Amino acid sequence: MVREEIRKEYTVTIGIECHVQFKTKTKLFSGADNDAREAAPNTLVNHIDFGLPGALPVLNKEAVRLACRAAFALGSEPQKFSKFDRKHYFYPDLPMGYQITQYDEPIVLGGSVEIEVDGQKKTIGITRAHMEADAGKSTHPNGADYSLVDLNRAGTPLLEIVSEPDMRSSTEAKAYAKELYLRMKYADVSYANLYYGNMRFDVNVSVSKTGQLGTRTETKNLNSFRSIEKAVEYEVARQIEVLEKGGSIVQETRGWDDGGQKTFSQRTKEDAHDYRYMPDPDLPPIVLEQSYIDEIKANMPPMPDDYRRILVGIGIDAKTASDIIAVPETAMTVTRVYEASSAELAKRVAFWMLQPQSDDEIADLAANVQVPDKYLVALAQMVQDNKLSSTGAKEVFAYMMRTGGEPSALAEEMNLLQVSDEGEIAKIVEQVLAENEKAASDVRGGEMKAIGFLVGQVMKLSKGKANPSLATDLIKKQLGL
Amino acid sequence: MTVWDPIADIAAKVRQGELKAVDLVEKSLASITKAEEYKAIIATTAERARKRAQQVDAGDNQGRLAGVPFIAKDNFLVFGAETTAASNILKGFDAPYQSTVINRLEAEGAICVAKANLDAFAHGASTENSDFFTTLNSHDKTRVPGGSSGGSATSVALELAPFALGTDTGGSTRQPASFTGVVGYKPTYGLMSRSGIVAMGSSLDTVGTFARTVEDAELVIDVMAGTDELDSTTIERDPAGYITDPTDLKGKRIGLIREYMGEGLADNVREQIEQAVAKLREAGAEIIDVSLPSLPLALAVYYILCPAEVSSNLSRYDGQRYGFSCSDAKDLSESYTRTREIGFGKEAKRRIMIGTYVLSSGYYDAYYKKAQTVRTKLINEAAEAFKQVDFLVGPVTPTVAFKIGENASNPLAMYLADVMTVAVNLIGVPGISIPCGVSGGLPVGLQLIAPQRADRELLAIAVAAERVLT
Repeated sequence: MVREEIRKEYTVTIGIECHVQFKTKTKLFSGADNDAREAAPNTLVNHIDFGLPGALPVLNKEAVRLACRAAFALGSEPQKFSKFDRKHYFYPDLPMGYQITQYDEPIVLGGSVEIEVDGQKKTIGITRAHMEADAGKSTHPNGADYSLVDLNRAGTPLLEIVSEPDMRSSTEAKAYAKELYLRMKYADVSYANLYYGNMRFDVNVSVSKTGQLGTRTETKNLNSFRSIEKAVEYEVARQIEVLEKGGSIVQETRGWDDGGQKTFSQRTKEDAHDYRYMPDPDLPPIVLEQSYIDEIKANMPPMPDDYRRILVGIGIDAKTASDIIAVPETAMTVTRVYEASSAELAKRVAFWMLQPQSDDEIADLAANVQVPDKYLVALAQMVQDNKLSSTGAKEVFAYMMRTGGEPSALAEEMNLLQVSDEGEIAKIVEQVLAENEKAASDVRGGEMKAIGFLVGQVMKLSKGKANPSLATDLIKKQLGL
Repeated sequence: MTVWDPIADIAAKVRQGELKAVDLVEKSLASITKAEEYKAIIATTAERARKRAQQVDAGDNQGRLAGVPFIAKDNFLVFGAETTAASNILKGFDAPYQSTVINRLEAEGAICVAKANLDAFAHGASTENSDFFTTLNSHDKTRVPGGSSGGSATSVALELAPFALGTDTGGSTRQPASFTGVVGYKPTYGLMSRSGIVAMGSSLDTVGTFARTVEDAELVIDVMAGTDELDSTTIERDPAGYITDPTDLKGKRIGLIREYMGEGLADNVREQIEQAVAKLREAGAEIIDVSLPSLPLALAVYYILCPAEVSSNLSRYDGQRYGFSCSDAKDLSESYTRTREIGFGKEAKRRIMIGTYVLSSGYYDAYYKKAQTVRTKLINEAAEAFKQVDFLVGPVTPTVAFKIGENASNPLAMYLADVMTVAVNLIGVPGISIPCGVSGGLPVGLQLIAPQRADRELLAIAVAAERVLT
C-alpha cells in the first residue's frame, strides 16, 4: 500500500462515462420489446436486431424524447441537429458488425451537475451525451468450448453521458455517479436499476504529481456505486505504486474483479479498434423544432436539488433529506403532502416513509403508494390532534399503504384510536395507582421521574389508546398534585 | 413478336376471367426452362408461384397486377426460394420476411416466379462477378448483359416475364437495360422502400424496374412507390401517381450533357445518341447544351462513397447467425476470417478493402469527407442545370455490350462502364434508359434524367420519347 504522505503528493483526475438504458417500450431502432429483465434469451429480437439482410433501423421517437428530458436533467438542452453514425467492430453480440451511435454531432453538448462531498459543493461538467444502441450480452461459461449470445439487449436505447475530468477522489466519483442516478430517475428516463445494468459506468483515472495530466486507464462496466468507489481507489493506489517504483502507466482498458476487489488489464491502446465511424445512411438526421424542445422543458419535473431545497427549507436535516431524495417517490410524496398541509405534517409522513430498512424497501413502499395524499395528511393530522399515538400511527400507516382505506376508519378498525374520554382514562389511572403504590408514593414525594413509569402503565393497560398527556394530568390530579 | 400483352391488359383479362393466373405462371416457368442457356435465373419460386396463382384465380388479390408474373433480382428478400444476392456467403439463406416492394406487388396480385442473377451483392456491370455463373446477352451470347441486374434485364429481353425488378446503385438497372434493349427505370432516391433488399450502398440504392415499355413500367412503379415505415429514407409519392397522361415533346427543354458526349464515348454509341437527340428535336423538344463541370469526378466520388458503405453493410455477413459459416474454425477470430475469406468473392473483397481504407482514421478526411463535399457540389450543379432545362439527356454507357471476359481482369475498365450512370445516384435524381437504336445487332439505350421527385414528369416524357424513337 502507498503511504498517505506519498499519496498526497499526487493529483488524481477522474472522468466518468455512464451508460443509461432508457425505459422505452420498444428498442431504439426496432419494434421489439425493450424490457429484457425477465425474458428468456433471444425472445425479444426481430429482423432488425438480428441484423438480417435488408433490415433497416427506424428511430424510436420516444427515445429522442427521453434524451431531450435527460438533456435538461443534465443542466443542458438538446441540440436542434444531431445525427447517427456507425461504429464498426466485429463481435458476436453485435449483429450488424457496427453499433449505431452518435459520433461528432450528439444530441447533448455541454451541461453540468452539482455534487456535495463532506458538505462541500462542487460542479462536475458534462462534456456530452449521445444516444446509441446497446449490444447483446455474451456469456462465456466456465470451461466450455463455446460462448452464448443473448440478443434481447441488442438495440436497447442508451444514453452515454461523458463527464469532464473534474473529479479528484473516489468519494467525488461515487457522489457524481449517485447524482446521475438520481437525475435519471427524477427525469423518469430510465428504471435506473443498477442490478439489471440499467446504468453502467466506465471510470477514467490518472494520477500525476507534475501538474500535467498523467496517462489514464479506463475501468469498464462498473455497476454499483461501491464498485466505482473501490475501483477508483484501487487504480489510484496501483498507479501511484507503479510510478513510485519508476514504472510508467500504460493507457489501457481494465476490468473490475468484484470478488478480488481489484482492476485487471483487458486491452492496451495498441490493440484498440479503428472504429471507422461514418454517418449512418439509413437514418436521416434528428432535427428538433424549438416548440418541441420548449414543450419538453416546460414539462420537466423538479430535480433532486430542487427537492433538497424544499426539504431542508421545512426543517428536515441534511442527512434525512438525502435519505428522502434517494427514493424519488418519497421526495415527491413528502413534497406534495407539504404543499397540501404543513411542514409539521410533511415531516411526520417523511418519518413514516423512511421506516423500512433499505432503499429498495423504501422504493418498493413508495412505488406502491396507492393512497391519496389527503389520507396521508389526515393520518398525520390525527397524531397532531392526539387522536392517535405516534406508535399507533406507524401501524396504521403500514396497514394503509398495503390495503388503502381511510386512516380514521383503519385506526378504529385496528382499535388504535386514542381515548380522550376522561372518565374512562380516570378509571385506568385509578387501577394503576392502586397496583403501583410505591411509584405513586414516590411521585407524591416529589420524585417526578416516576410519573413516566405510571403513564407507561396506563398506556399498557389501555393498549396504547390512552392519550398520554391526558393520562399524565389525571395521575397528577388523583395524586393531589 | 410479343409474348406478353401489356401488363395492364394481362391483369384486366385475369380479373375478367379471360386469362388464368396459373396458365400465366406456367407460361413464364416454361419460358424460363427454355431459355436456361442464357443463365438469367438463379432459382425459380415455382411452387409458391403456382400456389399464389391458384389463389388469384380463386378470387384473391385480384388487383391491378392480377396474375402478372415477374422476376426479382436475387438481392430482394422473397419467400419461396433462397435469397443469395448471387454470393456464396448467403447460400442457404431463406428469407423470413419479404421486401416491402415485393409485398406491395403481391398485394396487387403480381406473382414472383423466379430470382434473377446478378453480380454478387450487386457489385459489377456484367454479372461476371456473380459467385455462380455469368448471364449471357440475349442479342449475342458471347457478350455480357450488363450488370449488376443483368439477369433481370435479360429476363425481360427474353420475355421470360412481363417485368422484372432490379436495383440501381450506380447504374445497375439503366446500364443492363441499355445493353439488352429494354426499358430500365431508376427512381428518385427514397421513392421506393429499400426494406428487405440486400444493401449495397445505402445512400445510393434504389429499386429498378425493367419492362418492355415505359407504360408497363409506370404501372409497376405506381404500385411500389411511396413511404414505408420500415425505411426512414422513403419519401411521399406524387399525389397524381405514376400512370402518366399523354404528353408530347413540344417545348420541352432538354439538356444534352456535354461531359457525356466527349472523349471515351464509342463512335457507334455517339452516332445512335445523336440520331435519337435529333429525333427529339424534330418532335419539338428544345435541345440545349448543358455542362455539369464536376461530372468527370463522379466516378471517383462513387468509388469512394459506395465501397465505404459496402464495407459497412457487408459487416453483418460474419457466419455467426445465418448463411455460410466456416465450420472448422478453431476460434472466433478464425471463424470470422475464414467465413469471409471463403464466402466473399473477389469483387466484394476488393470493395470491402477500398471502403475500409477510406474510412480508416487518418484517411477519412482525405477520401470519404472530400468525396462527400464533391457529392454536394454535384447536387448543386444539377440543381443549377435544372433551372435551365426540364430534363437532361445523354448516353447510358460509353459502349455497347462488351465481350464476356473483356474487362474481367481489369477492374478499372469495368468501373468505367458506370461512368455515365453513377452521377444520377450520387445526386439522387430519377433516370431512365430507353432503347433508342441498334448498332451491329447490339442495342443502345438513351438516358433521360429529371430533377428529384420529378418521376412522374420523367415517365411522361419517356413515353413520348419512346414513341418517336421506335
